[in-house]
Amino acid sequence: MSTATAPEPVVTGEDRLNLRGQTLPRWTPLAVAAGSVVLALLIYFVTPVDSEIQIVLMAAILFLIAMSAASTVVEGARRARDRFATTLVYTAFLLALIPLVAVLVSVISKGAKRLDLDFFTHSMNNIGARDAGGGIYHAIIGTVEQVVIASAIAVPFGLLVAIYLVEYGQGRISRVISFFVDVLTGLPSIIAGLFVLSFWVLALGFGFSGFAGALALVVLMIPTVVRSSEEMLKLVPNELREAGYALGVAKWRTILKVVVPTALPGIVTGVMLAVARVSGETAPVLLTVFGTNLINSNPFSGEQSSLPLYIYSQAGQPQQFAIDRAWAAALVLIIIIMLLNLIARLFAGRNRLK
Amino acid sequence: MATRIDVNGLTAYYGKFKAVADVNLTIEPKNVTAFIGPSGCGKSTVLRTLNRMHEVLPNARVEGEVLLDGEDLYGPGMDPVNVRRTVGMVFQRPNPFPTMSIRENVIAGLKLNGVRNKALLDERVEESLRGANLWEEVKDRLNRPGAGLSGGQQQRLCIARAIAVEPQVLLMDEPCSALDPISTLAIEDLITKLKSSFTIVIVTHNMQQASRVSDSTAFFSLEKTGDPGRLVEFDKTSKIFSNPTEKRTEDYVSGRFG
Ligand SMILES: Nc1ncnc2c1ncn2[C@@H]1O[C@H](COP(=O)(O)OP(=O)(O)OP(=O)(O)O)[C@@H](O)[C@H]1O
Ligand SMILES: [Mg+2]
Repeated sequence: MSTATAPEPVVTGEDRLNLRGQTLPRWTPLAVAAGSVVLALLIYFVTPVDSEIQIVLMAAILFLIAMSAASTVVEGARRARDRFATTLVYTAFLLALIPLVAVLVSVISKGAKRLDLDFFTHSMNNIGARDAGGGIYHAIIGTVEQVVIASAIAVPFGLLVAIYLVEYGQGRISRVISFFVDVLTGLPSIIAGLFVLSFWVLALGFGFSGFAGALALVVLMIPTVVRSSEEMLKLVPNELREAGYALGVAKWRTILKVVVPTALPGIVTGVMLAVARVSGETAPVLLTVFGTNLINSNPFSGEQSSLPLYIYSQAGQPQQFAIDRAWAAALVLIIIIMLLNLIARLFAGRNRLK
Repeated sequence: MATRIDVNGLTAYYGKFKAVADVNLTIEPKNVTAFIGPSGCGKSTVLRTLNRMHEVLPNARVEGEVLLDGEDLYGPGMDPVNVRRTVGMVFQRPNPFPTMSIRENVIAGLKLNGVRNKALLDERVEESLRGANLWEEVKDRLNRPGAGLSGGQQQRLCIARAIAVEPQVLLMDEPCSALDPISTLAIEDLITKLKSSFTIVIVTHNMQQASRVSDSTAFFSLEKTGDPGRLVEFDKTSKIFSNPTEKRTEDYVSGRFG
C-alpha cells in the first residue's frame, strides 16, 4: 500500500495520450454467467421448454449476448470481439470435455464394481456367462504381450523409416515410401487383420497366436510412428546438425546422439498415441489371435485373449455378470493405457534437463 | 602446431548458382584472418568450404583446391569427418545442444567420437572453458543446461565446445553479431588469446572488429546481384584499412560504397 499520490499528468484533457482503457471488473464473467443461468432457469420454469440441454444452450447464448453487450458498452468494440472469441473458445473446450468426462464417469462407475483381486488373478476357465466371478488375467497377459511385441517391432522400424525420410531421403525412393506410409495411414484396421489372417495364419500355416495379432498391430502402428516421428525430427533446427558435423562427428552419430534426443519427447508422445490406438484394436486381433477363456502366456503358439476381445465377448452376452465383467475390463484397459502414457512421459522427461 | 591454408581457384556452387568464383588466398598459421564484404558476397560460403561444411547442403559443390599444410581437402580419399575434426567451426547464432548440460556440451565432440576416459574429459572441460573465458562464470553449474546461459555465454560455450576437440584451425562466422558490446569484447579478447594455438578465420561485418583482431583481411565483393562474389583484395589488415590497392576496398572500409 502506498500513500504517495501519483504525479499529476503533465498533459490533461483532450491531448492526453489515450493508453488506459475502461475494463470490466474481473468478476464480471462469473456474475454474467450466474445471471444467465438464473435467467435460463426462469425461462425454463415459465415457458414450456422441457429439456435440460436447452437450458444449457440458452444460458450459453444469454451469456454471450450479455457479455458482448457489457463489454461493447464499457470496453469498446475491439475488447468486446476479444471477449466474444474467448467465450467461444472456452465453450468449445467445455464441449470437447463432455464426452471425455462422460466416458470416464460411466466406465469408472460401472467398472469399479468388479475391480477386486479375483478379477485380476483369474481367467475365464470354467466360467460361463451366467456365472459370477471370473477374471481378466489371461486377457491382460495377452494384451500386454501383443502390444509389447508389436511396439518392439513397429517403433524401431518406424523410427528408422522416419530418420531415413528426414535425414537421408531426397529423391524418388523417399517419395515412394512417403506415399505408401500415407496409404497405410488410411488402412482400415480390419484389413490389417485380414491380411495377417490370410498370409501368416492361413497361407503360411502358423495358426492363430498372439504374435499374429502383434503383426497386425505392427501394420497399424508403423504409419503413426513414422508420421509423428517425422514431424518431430523436422522440428529439430538444422543448426544443431551442423554443430555436430562441425565437431567432426559423423552424420549417423549426430543423428543418434543429437537429433533424436532433441526430438525425443515429441517422438515418445507420438509412439504413445500409436500404442494407445492399437491397445484398443478389436477387429484385427479377433481375426488373428482368435480369443480364448484360458491362460496362454506363450504369444507364439495357440489362441490368446486380449482386453478388447474380452470386452467384446463379455459385452455381447445378455447376462448382468458378463456385462459387469466387460465394464471392469474396459476400466482396466483405460488404466493400462494411462499408465503406459505416464511411464513414457517420465522416461522422456528424464532426458529433458530442468 | 597450427596449420596453413592455401585456397587455389576455389569456386562454390549452390546447385546451378555460382555463389563465389575463383578465390585464391593464403591463410597463415597462428594468424587471425578476417573476411569482410557486403552481404551476399560469399564470405560464409568460402568459410564453409574450408572445412567441407559447404557440401552438407543439398546440391552444393566446390571446384578448386583447399590445401591444409599442402594436402588438398577435396582430394580423393579425404574424409570430411576427419577434416572437420581438424578445422573447427563456430556459427553466427550460438547453438548449444539443448538436451545437454554445460559440461556435456563442452565434451560433446569428444564423447560422440568415443572418448570415455573420465579423468581426461573432466580435465578437458575445465581447460576448454578456461580457454573460452567461461570457466569462472559456469564452474558451479556445469550440470545445468547449456541453453540456460546468456547469449554471450552460449557463444563462448560454443567456442569451448569447438576448441575441446583440439582442432588446428578455428572458423568463426560472425561470432559476435548476436552479442552485446561487452560480450563482443570478451570474444575479441578470446580470439587474440586463441591465436597463439590456432589458426583463426573470422567473418565479420564490423570494420573495427576486423581491424582490432585480425592480422590479414580478405575483402570480398560482387558486381551485381546474381553475379558470383569474388575476392577483391587480400592483404595485411593494416594495409587494407590504411592504404588499400583497390578503389572498391577503400570505398568499402571507409563506408563509401555503391
Ligand atoms: N543454402 C543456400 N542455397 C542457395 N543459395 C545460397 C545458400 N546460401 C547462400 N546462398 C547464396 O550464395 C551467395 C553467398 O551467400 P553467403 O551466405 O556466402 O553470403 P555472405 O557473404 O556470408 O553474406 P552475409 O554477410 O549476409 O552473411 C548469396 O547470393 C546467397 O543468396
Ligand atoms: Mg554470412
